[in-house]
Amino acid sequence: MAKLKINGNMLEIDVDGTTPLLWVLREQLGLTGTKYSCGIGVCGSCTVHVDGEAVRACILPVSALKPSQEITTIEGLSADGTHPLQQAWEELDVPQCGYCQPGMIMSAAALLNENPSPSDADIDAKVNNICRCGTFNRVRRGIHLAAQIHKGASKRERS
Amino acid sequence: MMNRERVDISRRDFLIRTTTAGAGFSLGLYLPLSSAGVLAAGSGSSAVPEVNAWVVIEPDDTVIIRIARSEMGQGTLTGLAQLVAEELECDWSRVKTEYPTPGQNLARGRVWGSFATGGSQGIRGSHLYVRKGGAVAREMLIEAAAEAWDVPMEECRVAESVITHTPTGRTTSYGKVAAAAAELFPPEQVELKNPKDWRLIGQPVKRLDTVDKLTGKQVFGADLQMPGMLNAAIRACPTFGGRLKSFDQAKVRKMPGVRQVVRVGDDAVAVVAETWWQAKTALDALPIDWDRGPNAAVSTASIEQMLDEGLDSEDAFVGNRSGDAGKALRGAVKTVEATYRYPYQNHATMEPMNATARWTEDRCDVWCPTQNGEAALQAAAEAAGLPIGKCEVYKIHLGGGFGRRGAFHDFVQQAVLIAKQLPGTPVKLLWTREEDMQHGHYHPITKARLVGGLDEKGDLVGLHVRISGQSILASVNPGWMSNGVDMFTFQGLLPDGDHAISYTVPNLLVEHAMRNPPVPPGFWRGVNINQNAIYLESFIDELAHAAGKDPLAFRRRLMANHPKSLAVLNAVAEKAGWDKPAPAGVYRGLAVCKAFASHVAACAEVSVDDGGRLKIHRIVAATDPGYAVNPQQIEAQVEGSFVYGLSALLYGECTIRDGSVEQRNFNDYPSMLINEMPEVDVIVMPSGGFWGGIGEPTIAVAAPAVLNAIFAATGKRIRQCPLKNTDLRSA
Repeated sequence: MAKLKINGNMLEIDVDGTTPLLWVLREQLGLTGTKYSCGIGVCGSCTVHVDGEAVRACILPVSALKPSQEITTIEGLSADGTHPLQQAWEELDVPQCGYCQPGMIMSAAALLNENPSPSDADIDAKVNNICRCGTFNRVRRGIHLAAQIHKGASKRERS
Repeated sequence: MMNRERVDISRRDFLIRTTTAGAGFSLGLYLPLSSAGVLAAGSGSSAVPEVNAWVVIEPDDTVIIRIARSEMGQGTLTGLAQLVAEELECDWSRVKTEYPTPGQNLARGRVWGSFATGGSQGIRGSHLYVRKGGAVAREMLIEAAAEAWDVPMEECRVAESVITHTPTGRTTSYGKVAAAAAELFPPEQVELKNPKDWRLIGQPVKRLDTVDKLTGKQVFGADLQMPGMLNAAIRACPTFGGRLKSFDQAKVRKMPGVRQVVRVGDDAVAVVAETWWQAKTALDALPIDWDRGPNAAVSTASIEQMLDEGLDSEDAFVGNRSGDAGKALRGAVKTVEATYRYPYQNHATMEPMNATARWTEDRCDVWCPTQNGEAALQAAAEAAGLPIGKCEVYKIHLGGGFGRRGAFHDFVQQAVLIAKQLPGTPVKLLWTREEDMQHGHYHPITKARLVGGLDEKGDLVGLHVRISGQSILASVNPGWMSNGVDMFTFQGLLPDGDHAISYTVPNLLVEHAMRNPPVPPGFWRGVNINQNAIYLESFIDELAHAAGKDPLAFRRRLMANHPKSLAVLNAVAEKAGWDKPAPAGVYRGLAVCKAFASHVAACAEVSVDDGGRLKIHRIVAATDPGYAVNPQQIEAQVEGSFVYGLSALLYGECTIRDGSVEQRNFNDYPSMLINEMPEVDVIVMPSGGFWGGIGEPTIAVAAPAVLNAIFAATGKRIRQCPLKNTDLRSA
């Protein structure tokens, strides 16, 4: 039995503790936005947030997670699909096949959490997800655009 | 009329089958109900009669356009909808799309044409009949309005789904007349718009399938969940041609969730469990005994020997011959000779192979990501042992295709063979990445020896290209060969057609010594232009340097008869500033090619530091596809093709040991990341008069342009891929 806080909901899940978080999300909770691709923590398709930081869910056994930790998946990134990255991605038509994009967006979101105005070098250092369709240049533009959208929104909130 | 009636019934049948829980079967909670869902799923519960095969219009003016080809990221779904909507004159903001099923296509005399999505054919192979489909529907809608008003059709005009009776100013909308239009006979002839009058074709409209990809809502094949569904993990004999001897299921039968351990065909075993993770865990623990078969000793070295022998052998097929290359080379003032090599490569789609099947004695249904629904249906029926009319395939969104999911439906057959052993239960088969890496249909391996001759002025007088290596068609589709020749092998080197050589060489001989190692080859984004463009464009660069000429000037001398190829080459040279010095430490390289009927060229800018580290700064790319349906998606495809092509150039190599692929996952088969991605400057320059492909052509020019730039930077001529095997420090 695992007790996990996922997208703000405290859940008790009947599962073997060695099961990677990815498969609990996908098979037990129906949160299939988080993808399986490599299973060895390399490609980033399974990226989710644990306490705001990007982690590879495919190699993270649920036994390693505490109930106090906030797990966020692509489904929980925003209530209505309007996270600045989602807005920017839509504006720039970033995805191609789209399979890697939830992980890509979650990596980018973790970067923006710690660095609201990342440089190209910051993006190069932190967004290390594989995309075989080749969306990288639009991903880069999308992160910069999202940073701007976020800045505009916080300015509006302050005024 | 009869046709339409039949279709309506099948639409309703399908709705019942897929949405009613308990009544036999249900797709349940996670059914793709988004715009690109399976037929009828997108249109909710209404059973509005179609206007024609391509167009359904709901009473609220929602326009549903049917898309036969598969969307796998390349934007075809949006481009095809633009083509239909252009002639339909509908309100683009109300357009949705849906896939007809392969079974419906078969039942209706293939009214939607080919479902095959490969060879950059999606748009160029169907633009004519889909535009006609839109035009016919438009005429029927106008006729219905004119009949209702009792006025001549000629007095009506149409725009944005609104029909106006010009003399009186009366208006109605498509949604209001669609039901009446559906009762009419289609016009026998329609006129298509002149390209100069296009309003929607040529516009950089946004994709229709983006939003669900940003929230996790988009359902891919691997994501399907159905009530009562079981999950399967599979392992096939890692040695090509090997067989499954035995397995000891007692060791895993009691593991959590395990339901069954089954033989799949003669070479694989699968564990079926409640969850896939349980199935995979049990499979890892399952003792399996393989009969490694006749290829157990095959290795990269043994394959290399086969290919080397082919470089010198007497037997070879001729793909292109003009003049007398042998004589010209003997009489040349200077000759240059070089041998190039291109390895096996895996498609490595981000979504591993998968399919979900449900089999009973009289019915088989399959849900899968596929580039060719009809081929998937054929594969399903064969594996099911049922007539094709009792089988159906529902296309689910693909997490990448690149050729892996078009000609091969091994994963569909396996899923059906597993489901057959659990009658009535839907089973989702999902491959591990390791299985995907070891059971690909690989980019074929070849070598090429090129010999070129220059005269006293440094002009090319003769060229001999001898390719030795694997034929895709011999393995995949022998029916497409003519007299034993695989003409696909010569892509980019042919005398004419979609893959014509971009140069006029006075004496030319291009040959292929076919050597087919026992590693299954397949169509891989770009197919044979990947290596042929490297061979030719690198060697042309070698010849230019041997002649002491500028590589651009040397090429131009050979391109007088190839004005469209010359135009794209000139365009990249101009935009890159070929005639001006590059920034300090940056070096340039060129490549040009005609592929899939489009003319493409690239100029790469690279630097190589003292440690041999390569940085690709920028690639300027030009493409002339004849007509550009959606320029912003063409840009995306050019950039994407470079990622695929450069990943291959930098890292892509499958090596063979003991008859198996040695690589297992993305750690030993890497793919480029964002930090390696160059700036890409895309020039889209449609010249009209022909329809060229988009998804594949530009992949051809990325690698050779970079290789030529590396030579400019380092003086090192690299003749084998991938670059990870080569020390780039200056010679």
